[in-house]
Amino acid sequence: MTTLHDPPRAERVPALAEQFKGGLAAPICLTWEWTYACNLSCAHCLSSSGRRDPRELSTAEIEAVIDELERMQVFYVNVGGGEPTVRSDFWHLLDYAIDHHVGVKFSTNGVRLSPERARRLAATDYVDVQISLDGATREVNDAVRGPGSYDMAVRAMENLAAAGFSGFKISVVMTRRNVGQLDAFAAIADRYGAQLRITRLRPSGRGADVWDDLHPTAAQQREIYAWLLDRGDRVLTGDSFFHLNALGSAPLPGLNLCGAGRVVCLIDPVGDVYACPFAIHDAFQAGNVRSPGGFERVWRESPLFAELRRPSSGGACARCPAYDTCQGGCMAAKFFTGLPLDGPDPECVKGHGEAALRSVEPGALPRQGNDHSRRTVALGMPAVRPGRPDRFCDESPLSGMEPVHPMGGRS
Amino acid sequence: MPSSTPSAARGTPGTPDAAGTADAGGAAFDPGRPYRLSRSVALRPEPFGALAYHFGNRRLSFLKAPELVELVRELERYPSAGDALAGVPGTRRGAFLRALASLAAAGMIVPR
Repeated sequence: MTTLHDPPRAERVPALAEQFKGGLAAPICLTWEWTYACNLSCAHCLSSSGRRDPRELSTAEIEAVIDELERMQVFYVNVGGGEPTVRSDFWHLLDYAIDHHVGVKFSTNGVRLSPERARRLAATDYVDVQISLDGATREVNDAVRGPGSYDMAVRAMENLAAAGFSGFKISVVMTRRNVGQLDAFAAIADRYGAQLRITRLRPSGRGADVWDDLHPTAAQQREIYAWLLDRGDRVLTGDSFFHLNALGSAPLPGLNLCGAGRVVCLIDPVGDVYACPFAIHDAFQAGNVRSPGGFERVWRESPLFAELRRPSSGGACARCPAYDTCQGGCMAAKFFTGLPLDGPDPECVKGHGEAALRSVEPGALPRQGNDHSRRTVALGMPAVRPGRPDRFCDESPLSGMEPVHPMGGRS
Repeated sequence: MPSSTPSAARGTPGTPDAAGTADAGGAAFDPGRPYRLSRSVALRPEPFGALAYHFGNRRLSFLKAPELVELVRELERYPSAGDALAGVPGTRRGAFLRALASLAAAGMIVPR
């Protein structure tokens, strides 16, 4: 899944962020996945996409939700998937949304962006395109997104640029393998007249399987932070990296708050509404657009969202001097690594996350939500999903232990 | 007072983003002139005031006081922006003036 999560930039951040914590009349950043079907099987897919779900919203149902969004004055949506363009009604729905004053930015791996389609998009006002690319080289990209995906993305970018579609987005999930390519990504964006967007890897969906191997190291987190401070005015982040603000005195651009259920939410392909695109799990499901009252009632009346809009105490982080800048980090990252929601982020730059992770029982990790991963691979062999490595066994059993407890287990 | 969100060169409907690009730019705000809300702008009521969205340049602004929302809605009834501001209590007038200037820069309000 490639979704978007780009809360607005604010000039007077603290006051506005405080206002946002109580929730808005309608979301600003609504991510809407139109299908679980995908031609790729990216290793870190947030929504474990692959196969279409037979319960996915029909054309008429999607149109009805668009009508509702128009009434609620949701001025634009971020459409993703799965690969949204593989829906046979995708282009119709895109036009329908635009005609109803709901702008669309859609995320794609590029599979349907032919030269002709690129020309039509370039001629359409009120639409934006975001190409997913997770490596500045074929080798790095295809290791995560699969064989052929780099060439597919490059072809799409070439087609968009040739059609005169300027300012499309190139969206990169930062991993241990590609942090060193930040400048190279920026060069690719420049080459195509595009804008670079980098976001954080989340341990959600299949991302949980690869989290331990792919999430950036502490040194790389510092590299991302420094790079963003240097070039942040030209690079979009979806407000992804606010957990890094504790690294220095200069905050990264953005709202720097968790917008889940406040300014952000997700509608998944079967109409379920979740607090954020990174939290497809029953614990964060607020309702379904098919229920009476539709999306609007879910947004305005769901008990889960009401809870998320209440002030939070900061929990175990409240006493940390960095809490004001990092806000405890990402709810989904905590949840899927087994950490309490009112405690540190697993990538806490002060190291509190690593310490807390040592006391998480691997068996207690929450199960991922709807898995639509493809069950077979190309040769017809059953696909074996390796599952996440046992954190206790994937390295020396002594690593991370205090030397004064040579025989002790991690508690 | 409003926090505007410049969006990228091309209309990015989803781009009130964590980083934006340059000022889309309106003419310099002149309180001596008459103004009105741009016909391309929709105001969405919010608990803090309103969210203003410009369908042309895709910018998003936040009007962070209900009184400011009222002022913006009523602008076109006054011979000048300054006249509209005259009804604002003195302690807030400076902030509202700056807010209008910022809205003008974002194209949210336009001279008429």
